[in-house]
Amino acid sequence: MAEYRKIYGLGAQFESAAALMHAAEKIRDAGFSKWDVHTPYPVHGMDKAMGLGKSWLSTPVLIGGATGTLTATLLTFIPSWGIYPMIVHGKPFNWATVPAFFPIMFELTVLFSAFSTVFALLIMNQLPKWYHPVFNWERFSRVTDDGFFIVIEARDAKFSETKTRALLEEIGGLHVTLIHD
Amino acid sequence: MAESTVTLTTPPELVRVPLVTNDRKHTWITDKVSNIVEARTPLWWWMAFLPCSLIAVIGLLCIGYQISNGVGVWGENKTVGWAWDITNFVFWIGIGHAGTLISAILFLTRQKWRTSINRAAEAMTLFAVVCAGIFPGIHVGRVWMAWFLAPIPNANGIWPNFRSPLLWDVFAVSTYFTVSVLFWYTGLVPDLATLRDRAKSRVAKYLYGIFALGWRGSNRQWRHYEMAYLLLAGLSTPLVLSVHSVVSFDFATSIMPGWHTTIFPPYFVAGAIFGGFAMVLTILLPSRLLYPQLDDLVTRQHVDKMAKIILLTGTIVGYAYLTELFMAYYGANKFEFFTFFSARIGINNSGWYSWAYYVMMFCNVISPQLFWIKSMRTNYVAVFIVCMFVNVGMWFERFVIIVTSLAQDFLPSSWHHYHPSWVEIWTFVGTFGIFLSLFLLFMRFLPMICMFEVKLVTPEADPHHHPKKDQEGQH
Repeated sequence: MAEYRKIYGLGAQFESAAALMHAAEKIRDAGFSKWDVHTPYPVHGMDKAMGLGKSWLSTPVLIGGATGTLTATLLTFIPSWGIYPMIVHGKPFNWATVPAFFPIMFELTVLFSAFSTVFALLIMNQLPKWYHPVFNWERFSRVTDDGFFIVIEARDAKFSETKTRALLEEIGGLHVTLIHD
Repeated sequence: MAESTVTLTTPPELVRVPLVTNDRKHTWITDKVSNIVEARTPLWWWMAFLPCSLIAVIGLLCIGYQISNGVGVWGENKTVGWAWDITNFVFWIGIGHAGTLISAILFLTRQKWRTSINRAAEAMTLFAVVCAGIFPGIHVGRVWMAWFLAPIPNANGIWPNFRSPLLWDVFAVSTYFTVSVLFWYTGLVPDLATLRDRAKSRVAKYLYGIFALGWRGSNRQWRHYEMAYLLLAGLSTPLVLSVHSVVSFDFATSIMPGWHTTIFPPYFVAGAIFGGFAMVLTILLPSRLLYPQLDDLVTRQHVDKMAKIILLTGTIVGYAYLTELFMAYYGANKFEFFTFFSARIGINNSGWYSWAYYVMMFCNVISPQLFWIKSMRTNYVAVFIVCMFVNVGMWFERFVIIVTSLAQDFLPSSWHHYHPSWVEIWTFVGTFGIFLSLFLLFMRFLPMICMFEVKLVTPEADPHHHPKKDQEGQH
């Protein structure tokens, strides 16, 4: 069956979070770029070990939050100033009475920021993605339990089925397996 | 000079009490938590679920009866226009606050013990807000007009008043519910992936698979995931403080004596956290009894810490009660003085609802003082009893605020007693049915403990952890 299927990459399991981190450092130093580690929980320090920077997810959230504030400002100002001016408690709409709109501005800022956080997270992680070649590897289901994995993709320029396999075994990888698409 | 006889020895290093006792491994955590969902439905679950859902149905029928007959079926009258409806609304929304405090504020303050209780507490938040949301919706009377609450011009081209705390409330509560759902679901995704990978039946594999979104625990995903979680926690923290502040504005911006006080926002927030933690313990202690395998995850340490928060917030609430009394005395406003000292404390037996004030005082201020004693904080029975007192006390707090101020207001000729009708009582009881039924369903179908976060606080999760060195004692 597997012969005519495209090769996705090579996967290896590691004993512990510590072993995985050392291995990741070595893969990073070997110059690979299209690879990933898979863990049951976020391993702190792994971003550095993989050579990844800080997540830039906060940028879309800032934009989302600003949109929320702007939306609330327009939502409260336009009716109060133009469409439907209302005098409540003898207070007309002017700059001195704007603080009464702060709760709505605050709530919509939070609401829009939260939605941008979740949508940005989904887009940046390319989720939902119900099919992924790594799921073809039977052992991989342990990633959500206690498995620590490295997967190097075949489309990486440095990938070579034999050499990469040897490298993974050398740095302590167990059950090195070819993953098909 | 005499030789010093003092020998200097390094004091033994203080060892942190482990959060997961008995040094459990990752697989153990996965197994025990997932087993709750995967095992056959236990008999007790049906025995709990059937009565709870029956009560929920009775509650829904009462709501239907009220909608079809109008608010006249309740005990409200022209003097006491708000009573159990708003009491229940504030009671439930306050309960929700503990869940967000545990999931967001304790996350930002790096309180790692939150990991094993945050999922259940957040679920409790959602279900409490569902119960809370019922009351403002139905108390408007003509429910089909409830869309007038939305920030759009109504059928007559009239816009809502954006400077009204009631409209702020609509924004605050709906934002709170939405953000809580997003936060909760984001936290659930990796654990749903665990259930997906363990599922045996096709249906379970399919459903958990869909909701797990294809999560594969890759570090390129975790990197953004952790940032998203941090941001959601950062957003929820001011949000949760704002929600009960806005709820308190409903009262504080009015001119009713007993409501018109500036102390309300912080006082309400402290009370919300206080009542919420009591409810968290009220449902966690029995679940812990029913699932003894969780003993190593939800330990005495957790109960102890929650009891300390109850003690702290209960004392803040007590301080707020006394401040209110002082301001009523010192403020020299005779209506406010009357509300506090006659209607509530009941000088010369003039307070109709003084008994409620004393119930509130005893339950909220006196009963949690038991938690100064360490053996009481770790005694589950004692903690449970105090929590029940707090649950009752926090409901009475809102009742006292609302009904004592209204029933005996400015003009004695308009004073009016208030008695709840059977519809009101059963609607309130019904919300407990809804709350508990939803929680039981949650326990049955979703992992009630956040597995990946609990794994993260075990020593094994530390990438610099080397088991061999540990045995030599030089970690």
